[in-house]
Amino acid sequence: MAKFKKKSKTNQEIPTAALPDIIFMLLFFFMVTTVLRETTINVRQLIPRAQELRKLQRKSLVSYLYVGEPKNTEQWGKEPRIQANDVFIEIKDIVMWVTQEKDKLDEVERDQITIALKVDVDAKMGLISDIQLQLREANARKLMYSTPKKGAD
Amino acid sequence: MAKSKERREITINSSSMADIAFLLLIFFLVTTQILNEKGLTIQLPPKPDDMDIIDVKIKERNLFKVLINSADRILVEGEILQSMPELRQMVKDHVLNNGRNPKMSDSPKKAIISLKTDRGTRYEIFIAVLDEIQGAYYDMYAERVGLSNERWREVASDHKDPEDKKLYETGRNMVDGTVLFPMNISIAEPSKVGG
Repeated sequence: MAKFKKKSKTNQEIPTAALPDIIFMLLFFFMVTTVLRETTINVRQLIPRAQELRKLQRKSLVSYLYVGEPKNTEQWGKEPRIQANDVFIEIKDIVMWVTQEKDKLDEVERDQITIALKVDVDAKMGLISDIQLQLREANARKLMYSTPKKGAD
Repeated sequence: MAKSKERREITINSSSMADIAFLLLIFFLVTTQILNEKGLTIQLPPKPDDMDIIDVKIKERNLFKVLINSADRILVEGEILQSMPELRQMVKDHVLNNGRNPKMSDSPKKAIISLKTDRGTRYEIFIAVLDEIQGAYYDMYAERVGLSNERWREVASDHKDPEDKKLYETGRNMVDGTVLFPMNISIAEPSKVGG
């Protein structure tokens, strides 16, 4: 019996001194990998889900267009509008916008620019096809209908 | 006096450090959004005035027509589509026909899926239909090389690896630089009048 008692005297605490460091590492990982969104979206964005998605490889080549009913309906009305960066643009301005976006890229990569369309479910195809026609005009032919995956949240 | 002062251990209690770090961590987890760079990709045709205006004659049998009207009803090859999953099999039957059924395509190379909407069609329906059509193609490609549909899409998005590249080329049946199994999806300009 005496022998067992001696054993129980040993220190059983787990050293937790390294715990803050581990947590900090996790923290830094998340700080580095996540990107804060730079633009505030002023249109309603309920994006339809799809199954057969493809991933884009080069994030730097992507420019976003947001389409949907404006959130501030008193000022902008209920018709779906196009938002690029922080402002609403008209259909005729798309060519100019694409040129500006292309200027941001390296010269060799300009043709590879991909336009990601984030469109609300209730937008009509008339508007979408007008955008597509302008993109063809601007020679930005890679297009992605950005959608979340079905079933996932 | 001096000696006793030195012996006193001065430590800052750091047990709450982990809690503080946890709070920061949770804050970042909640506030940041990982950018979603996934979606349905298509390649637009070139500028209308750049294209040579040649009347390419396409045989009726090679065209697979999908029409969506402004009331979001879908017409496939002249018949009303009852349920969305049916569309996928119909597309596959059409493309893989290889001349057997005289109403369907001659070969996968010649088969064209034509998707036409109305200006009043809702975007949601368009995406649902495009998703099914592209899915049908991905299924067929994946089957040709014995991959899962999901893996095929990964290969198609990124085939820098030589082995992946080979898979990608066999899947699309590339012979001497021409793709014999292309994904011919034509998105026509919508009709102006609702119907």
